[in-house]
Amino acid sequence: MIAIEKVTKTYFMGKVEVPALRGIDLHVERGEFVAVMGASGSGKSTLMNIIGCLDVPTSGRYLLDGTDVARLDDDQLASIRNKKIGFVFQSFNLIPRTTALHNVEMPLIYSGDPHRRERAVAALESVGLADRARHQPTELSGGQQQRAAIARALITNPAILLADEPTGNLDSASSVEIMKLLARLNQEEGRTIVLITHEHDIATFAKRVVQLRDGLILSDEHQAA
Amino acid sequence: MNLLEALQVAFGGLLANRLRSSLTMLGILIGVAAVILLVAVGNGASVQINNQIQSLGANVIYVYPSNARGAGGVSQGFGTSQTLTQADADAINSRQQDPDVVAAIPIAQVGGQITYSNQNYFSLTYGTTTAFPQVRDYQIAEGTFFTDDDVAAQHRVVVLGQTVVDNLFGTQDPVGQTIKISRQTFRVIGVFAAKGGTGFGSQDNVVVAPITTVWAYLSGGRGKNVSQIVASASSASTVTKAESEITTILLQRHQVADPSQADFQLQSQQDILNQANSITTALTLVLGAIAGISLVVGGIGIMNIMLVTVTERTREIGIRKAIGARWRDVLGQFLIEAMVLSGLGGTLGIAVGAALAWAAPHVPAIASSTFPPPVVSVPSVLLAFGVSVGIGLFFGIYPANRAARLHPIEALRHE
Repeated sequence: MIAIEKVTKTYFMGKVEVPALRGIDLHVERGEFVAVMGASGSGKSTLMNIIGCLDVPTSGRYLLDGTDVARLDDDQLASIRNKKIGFVFQSFNLIPRTTALHNVEMPLIYSGDPHRRERAVAALESVGLADRARHQPTELSGGQQQRAAIARALITNPAILLADEPTGNLDSASSVEIMKLLARLNQEEGRTIVLITHEHDIATFAKRVVQLRDGLILSDEHQAA
Repeated sequence: MNLLEALQVAFGGLLANRLRSSLTMLGILIGVAAVILLVAVGNGASVQINNQIQSLGANVIYVYPSNARGAGGVSQGFGTSQTLTQADADAINSRQQDPDVVAAIPIAQVGGQITYSNQNYFSLTYGTTTAFPQVRDYQIAEGTFFTDDDVAAQHRVVVLGQTVVDNLFGTQDPVGQTIKISRQTFRVIGVFAAKGGTGFGSQDNVVVAPITTVWAYLSGGRGKNVSQIVASASSASTVTKAESEITTILLQRHQVADPSQADFQLQSQQDILNQANSITTALTLVLGAIAGISLVVGGIGIMNIMLVTVTERTREIGIRKAIGARWRDVLGQFLIEAMVLSGLGGTLGIAVGAALAWAAPHVPAIASSTFPPPVVSVPSVLLAFGVSVGIGLFFGIYPANRAARLHPIEALRHE
């Protein structure tokens, strides 16, 4: 599903080279639930950007669902993000002044799906938010916003669900609720999930934990459910 | 993303910021309304002037004395000479050499104070012949026009235009009354029907008498002066031909070999119309250009607001890019927003401009003046709409491209 081979990423701040990733090898199979952990500066955000096709590696290969995405241009990357990746962000990133329903169907607007309204309703139902479809983000609680964001991430039926600190802005009750939802999506629907977090108790929901430090993989362990 | 969805997204964006969107639209609205209204005013003036020139009579050719040249070729200035005579008019009227002329009349023009009872008024008095109503296209509303006998016998009879009647007689019947022109007594035998038109060259402010009478009683020491000859051609298409026939006759009679040295000049209705049109067209263009400046200002307003919008919605752009919006999706969204702003503003501006143009003649202060009623022209409406949408496109491209080129990661990080 995801095959990352010898990937490096170097940023240039003026003339100073800042190596963020220094050679990462990571394979994620279909149906896995992986947590990527690391302190800030460990390179986990950079790794997420590359996995999410928001950025391309400086060197190395990245195969997503069989497609080499390392050498694609901006529009091709946009298309990959649209079809194969569902994002869940720390700050929910719903579009303001726009109903939950409209937010959820937005990826299908860009892919041009004629049945997007029905699919958006179904996606909201699957995260238990059908009765909030006509509400705007400001009228929803944090947990509800994150569930709407998960519905939006799932609507295109993507190859992977990429969750970047999905509980970072939530209270502990909502955090557990969201993590249970992700775990259920993984177990019952077989969704491939890559979770990025720095909290150990959040990472325990995943089946596999990858630790990053200074742009390299420190450990990669499967853990009991 | 198809056009309908793009429009929905654009309207959503605009509705999210109603006050700002309406204020931006107001800039375009005012610009377009100003263009529509001012061009309509220019058009109105053009239509009014054209109507008045048309009311001078159809297919009319005027012959004026022109700058006579002395022995040294020195021009002596317009109107100083009296080169036209009754015999010239007769020769043109004989139609022997000019089959395309229907009739020609000499006109002796004098100005004079006209009094009736205790009323007094100033008007031009035309001395002419019996073909005057035919050539100049006047109808007799009351009484009669004078006859060839009146002309032959120098009878002191006059026919009055409506404006003169209104000013001297009010509601009284003027026919049969006696008036004085420059202290000479004349009997009113007829009244012309009003030709309409106010201000510029009103055709109703006129007194007409037999030319022989004018020569005898009103010309002072100037003798049998003919200040102009008016001829009418058989139709609009023969005006040019009739003009050259008249020129030939007069050159021959005045023994001028070189047409550039002619001591007379011709002017047709069409010449006057063309001159007037070139003036009113220039007027309309100037008015339109002045209003166009406000349209450009409105366009800059749109650009300004779109730049603010793009900055403000950087995060939204990042989200849209993260979930799959391509460069052209984002470009299209903001471009369409700008064009909806300007197109909607333009449409409302057309409505407001047209409404003002329609309402203007109903304002008492304007209705009672000689201000021409504005005429909204269809091309100006289409042009204004096109230009306003074009302004949205032109001033929207830069902000929209800026949005479309944002990097998704940086845009998402934007607070």
